[in-house]
Amino acid sequence: MTNAAPSSAPKLPVSLAANPVLSSWIRFSPEGLVTVSPGKVEIGQGIVTALAQIAADELDVDIGRVKMVRASTAGSPNEGVTSGSLSVQQSGRAVRQACAEIRQIFLDAASDRLGVDIGALDIKDGTISGPGNVQTSYWELAGDVSLDRDARPGATAKSPAQRALAGNSMERLDIPDKVFAHPRFIHDSTLPGMLHGRVLRSEMSAAKLTELKEDGARAVAGLVAIVRDGNFAGVVSETEDGAEAALKALRKAATWSAGEPLPDESALASFLKAQPAELTVIDRRSTGHSVEKTRTIRRQYTRPYLAHASIAPSCAMAQWREDRVHIWTHSQGVYLLRADLALVLKLPVENITVEHMEGAGCYGHNAADDVALDAVLLAKAAGGRPVRVQWSRQDEMSHAPFGAAMAIEIEADLDAQGEIANWRHSIWSNGHAARPGRAAQPALLAATELAVPFPRMISTNPPQANGGGADRNSIPLYDFPSWQIESHRLLTMPVRTSALRTLGAQGNVFAIESFLDELAAERSEDPVAFRLRHLRDSRAQDVIHAAAKRANWKPNKRVGVGYGLGFARYKNAGAYCAVVAEVEGAEDIRVKRLTIAVDVGEAINPDGVINQIEGGAIQATSWVLKERVRFDRQGITSNTWTSYPILRFSEVPEVQVELLQRPDSEPLGAGEAAHGPVTAAIANAVYDALSVRVRDLPITRDSLIAAMESSS
Amino acid sequence: MPGISFRLNGVDTLVDADPDRSLLDILRGHLGVMGAHFGCGANECGACNVIVGDHAVAACDTPLWSVADKDVTTLEGLGNAEKPHPLQRAFIAEQALQCGYCVSGILMSAAALLRRNPNPSSAEVKAALDRNLCRCGSHNRMVRAVLRAAAEMAAP
Repeated sequence: MTNAAPSSAPKLPVSLAANPVLSSWIRFSPEGLVTVSPGKVEIGQGIVTALAQIAADELDVDIGRVKMVRASTAGSPNEGVTSGSLSVQQSGRAVRQACAEIRQIFLDAASDRLGVDIGALDIKDGTISGPGNVQTSYWELAGDVSLDRDARPGATAKSPAQRALAGNSMERLDIPDKVFAHPRFIHDSTLPGMLHGRVLRSEMSAAKLTELKEDGARAVAGLVAIVRDGNFAGVVSETEDGAEAALKALRKAATWSAGEPLPDESALASFLKAQPAELTVIDRRSTGHSVEKTRTIRRQYTRPYLAHASIAPSCAMAQWREDRVHIWTHSQGVYLLRADLALVLKLPVENITVEHMEGAGCYGHNAADDVALDAVLLAKAAGGRPVRVQWSRQDEMSHAPFGAAMAIEIEADLDAQGEIANWRHSIWSNGHAARPGRAAQPALLAATELAVPFPRMISTNPPQANGGGADRNSIPLYDFPSWQIESHRLLTMPVRTSALRTLGAQGNVFAIESFLDELAAERSEDPVAFRLRHLRDSRAQDVIHAAAKRANWKPNKRVGVGYGLGFARYKNAGAYCAVVAEVEGAEDIRVKRLTIAVDVGEAINPDGVINQIEGGAIQATSWVLKERVRFDRQGITSNTWTSYPILRFSEVPEVQVELLQRPDSEPLGAGEAAHGPVTAAIANAVYDALSVRVRDLPITRDSLIAAMESSS
Repeated sequence: MPGISFRLNGVDTLVDADPDRSLLDILRGHLGVMGAHFGCGANECGACNVIVGDHAVAACDTPLWSVADKDVTTLEGLGNAEKPHPLQRAFIAEQALQCGYCVSGILMSAAALLRRNPNPSSAEVKAALDRNLCRCGSHNRMVRAVLRAAAEMAAP
């Protein structure tokens, strides 16, 4: 073993180190454009605009010259998956570093060409000029300067004060297209000669297709092919309504047998705790000296399975040319999807090109990857023509992966003064990630349906070093003297689960922040003061102070109105967020106002950050007040907007966001910061209003009644 | 089949198709007009809203025959980059969306509201948009954008 001294040498950002060739990120074209080619994709979060801001800033070009390229395995840097609120952290830092070096490379070349010292050169909108009116430009030099070289650490990016764009709110580049009906969505795209496909899936989960009569579907005008491979069946038609009609005929002529039974929905916690599971100790802390405990308080909190419920059903297009296939997809990871397709198709990855196109808002691993394989399988029967496949609303709500249900127990030993001496946090949950491209087996739905099937991938959890999965945000940010955190990952998975926004953080923050409120109430201590007393991190204290101040904490008690606080630092390493919720009501809870303070370090596009926080807060309110995947023993029953309602305009709270600007700190993602704190703040506000502690989400009339009954 | 004629974004349009087919299917599949989006096919989400006459309706739940001789407006007919509708300008100014998939239907619901009620209150805007679902949580920005457009349209 060697004792390497900690190196102070500059290092490349992780995405740039993995994809060092500068020209894979940035190219100049003679007509005066800069092409920026990130590996992260637009999923409604505004990343394309933030990256364009960063590039324009570092290169000193007008943002109008920046052309953003959609990710494709044909040439984009491989940045894995667009998830975990890491796009600005990973892609943003890589683009900034690459541009800083490229700027330096061009300044060197300009200095040679113009015979002027680098120090005397200036760049304005891509034109490099020096004393005596000598000038050249990126575009003029582009032919002589090769960027087909590896990035080297050391180039210095601009300081915050030197940046003109990053740090300032900018209108998002994609929004005009979306309000003027210019097609950007994969759903609105067509290809020459395109056919339409539909896949037949049972309302039962993992059902077996025992019999399929094809005559009815064959009689439908426009039918091109019926594809059947084991339990996978689908149709290809000349037209979309022809595909729908053929699918309808096929559905009538299909006989299914039930797959693995689903758990009892009314006893989720018992189900989760009774399953075979893998136990991991996530973290331990010990003071070394034992504290006299006088009593122990234990509580259990649960959250249900949650659906992504994107407004658009998933969609993909695929086209075969001999043994090569091209896929258009709204997947979060083009390379990862390609890896899984290669496993299913038994083809080398070189034969598969996966190209990103925008879909509707994506909140994690939904059916985007599944429908891509569906399209690939159906397109095999299309004689080289492209096939577009779109899922039904019903399939989207029942066959796509869900966010995993969780049961969380927290136990605190209190000393004689009622202070927390010991803290234990235990989680029972399926894994929160079964994404494609990361295992020796594919994670795609149709792969489990083929005549020679792949096993269904049981969800796992990312390691804590990457933010964790079920255990995300389970380690307290509070300075308790000792704790033990453990996670039981289920080894069975009757209800399919994978990554949903925040993974386990929403459940854990709900549990921790609710429990803290309960402990503060036991002591009759103000919840804000109680938290501040246990926090050492000044940035954490700052967001709590800011939210409390802005919400005028704590307003005078009024009947039927309550206020609650929730706080977390996402993944314990990302954005800080504190929320004060104001709720009213008795039987039906209404969230009136959410007052939020957030610290994302350097905010590249402040309005974009605020938009993400507002959106996350409203989505979390929907999760808390309305959402719960419903099922019986055979299948998912909440497969429409009526059976899986989400928050409507008339129910949306007012949301105020205060952004604590820290231009000198690393930029941190904003997309998932609000969900946990908002959830906890609402639950705590409900307790404040009604003196009823709801520990089982969602907070509905039923759960309020159940909570009242169990406490009486 | 004699065909069904209607005015689509001000242009006389004759469609020779099964009159029971949905207007959404005709717009997207037959006419290649993609402004109205498919969301659920069951009149539950509003992503496919268009204006027929003066009212926003779900195109997925509107049979072709029912629009005979009527005016149908899709997002394409609301305005364009050169000549934007005040609502389109306001949605940009307020950055009133995240993914934007639901926005085409929401703009049509809002446009129908402003035709009926040029000076709506915030509560009236919310009521008019209540059948439109947005999953990204851009609701408050959208309400502000509609109020901004109304104010702009009322300005002398």
